[in-house]
Amino acid sequence: MTPRVVFPNKILPYLLVAPQLAITLVFFYWPAGQALYQSMLREDPFGLKSRFIWFDNFRRVLADPAYLNSIKVTVIFSIATAVVAMGVALLLAVMAEKVIRGKGFYRTLMIWPYAVAPAIAGMLFLFMFNPSIGTLAVLLRKAGVHWDPLLNGTHAMILLVIAAAWKQISYNFLFFVAGLQAIPKTLIEAAAIDGAGETKRFWTIVFPLLAPTTFFLLVINTVYALFDTFGIVHAVTGGGPGKATETLVYKVYNDGFVNLMLGVSAAESVILMAIVIALTAVQFRYIERKVHYG
Amino acid sequence: MATVDLKDVRKVYSGGVEAVKGVSIAIPDKALCVLVGPSGCGKSTLLRMIAGLETITSGTCAIDGNVVNEVGPTERDIAMVFQNYALYPHMKVYDNMAYGLRNRGTPKAEIERRVREVAETLELAHLLDRRPRQLSGGQRQRVAMGRAIVRKPKVFLFDEPLSNLDAKLRGQMRVEIRNLQSKLGVTSVYVTHDQLEAMTLADMLVVMNAGMVEQIGQPLDVYERPASIFVASFIGAPPMNLLPLSETGSGLALADGSAIAGSLPASKAVTLGFRPEDVNVNYDGRALPGALTLPVTVDAVEPVGAESFLHCASGGGRVVARVAGRAAAKPGDKIDLVAQAGKLHWFDGAGRRLE
Repeated sequence: MTPRVVFPNKILPYLLVAPQLAITLVFFYWPAGQALYQSMLREDPFGLKSRFIWFDNFRRVLADPAYLNSIKVTVIFSIATAVVAMGVALLLAVMAEKVIRGKGFYRTLMIWPYAVAPAIAGMLFLFMFNPSIGTLAVLLRKAGVHWDPLLNGTHAMILLVIAAAWKQISYNFLFFVAGLQAIPKTLIEAAAIDGAGETKRFWTIVFPLLAPTTFFLLVINTVYALFDTFGIVHAVTGGGPGKATETLVYKVYNDGFVNLMLGVSAAESVILMAIVIALTAVQFRYIERKVHYG
Repeated sequence: MATVDLKDVRKVYSGGVEAVKGVSIAIPDKALCVLVGPSGCGKSTLLRMIAGLETITSGTCAIDGNVVNEVGPTERDIAMVFQNYALYPHMKVYDNMAYGLRNRGTPKAEIERRVREVAETLELAHLLDRRPRQLSGGQRQRVAMGRAIVRKPKVFLFDEPLSNLDAKLRGQMRVEIRNLQSKLGVTSVYVTHDQLEAMTLADMLVVMNAGMVEQIGQPLDVYERPASIFVASFIGAPPMNLLPLSETGSGLALADGSAIAGSLPASKAVTLGFRPEDVNVNYDGRALPGALTLPVTVDAVEPVGAESFLHCASGGGRVVARVAGRAAAKPGDKIDLVAQAGKLHWFDGAGRRLE
């Protein structure tokens, strides 16, 4: 037990945490409170007059088919991004374990994409998959796929998921590599002697022992897909075609800054806030129980 | 049931380090073979090569007459007990023990029967629903043993299985392993750096040093007739006394030039050895008959109860004498150590035993 620090001065402890508190208050609680307040206002587009209307904005948002569509889009996008980003990262990490020469070099290369800004990552894939000039789009067309993310919503979604996942793979890779290294080698050897082939060893020994890492990444990736992908959506599809890739975060932006419905936009961001709080609570409460911490 | 035959087995790591330098051992069926040696002598590498966890650079390893150099650990039908037990932390004790059987497609009822049976023998029956981290060190050790036994493999491999246990438990488990092994009659290879463990467990003792076999034999034979200075100093606690000799015109002399009284068998001898318990202590200067009489000064007396160790300085170096009960000497006393001819060991310049 570390000894409890006792401050003789009553004010000093508060002063010491004041900078952190100030940052949290100014950058988190104040905007959150502001959003909460604004979500109950109806404002004209020029901000000249506003009216307090209680929960009318929420009622309006939840009855809007476009919003319900956006929820569906977000669910598909988040699940797909998290699954692809984690699946590919795990595969690469397992493969990287087997590299004998140049392991460090290989790993370093794998980490680079994380340093690329989301919008630039988005542009990268936009160019590569551009139906008219994209190098990969040409290959796809040659393979007989009628590739057109500008008109086909499903294609747009696939493109978005690839771009969003690509950026997150590096981060996941790093954690999976660390997680794999933390598994004692003798366990793998014991399993081999116990007659388990490589695939079986992975699913019965390695994967369960990676559970803490996987769980942690699941939370991180879900939050990433929900919130940090605005830049990618904005750069790649802008929510289109139609509303096929308009995620909740993107709709907040669209309704607030493009359509200038500030009250509605605020209500949407409050709902988003509630979703994240609920999601995190559920994840920690239920999934963590089934995770074995070695 | 199986034999294990190693023929001129070598291991060279990619960095060029030669860990095992040509080892040949033939382990008969049902025998418990103990590989003993200091750390870094290649004993664990050798065991891992038998297990198939390390590739064999050259030479052959055969189990039951079939060369298994190219056979993976999965197909060798061996079981191994690791130093850190390597229990699967996310599985219950039952599943840990059943894992190997399930992988080999044993019917469920058969698995159940065998796991329960082994758990009964090892007194683990009440722990089957626990996870490894809820067990004590000794219990984990038993589970590791159980996991090996339940498979009924051709060969058991033990990699220092007792070194993580406290001294008392180690003593108990040693006896238990010995009993289990002879009851099951499974050929076993056991690696340890503890010479006491090696002596008490082995049917066949292999002393290794620097990647090579120094001596193979039954434990007491190795103890009584060590093949080299290395074996003489490694087996036995306290180790054999070794005194370097030099040749004079008239015969052999100790390091300080004093001639050794008594008959000497070989003029090539450069080192004289005798075990601490193989000397009689002459306290009062009266001559005792013997091949060697070594005048010494007592430095320290260590009473351990049933016996005492006298640490002495002699003209040829430091020696230890072991006497029953309490020693009649105290530090500073000058006494004679007398050894009989049959109890003296002679070694040549290369450290090999001379007959």
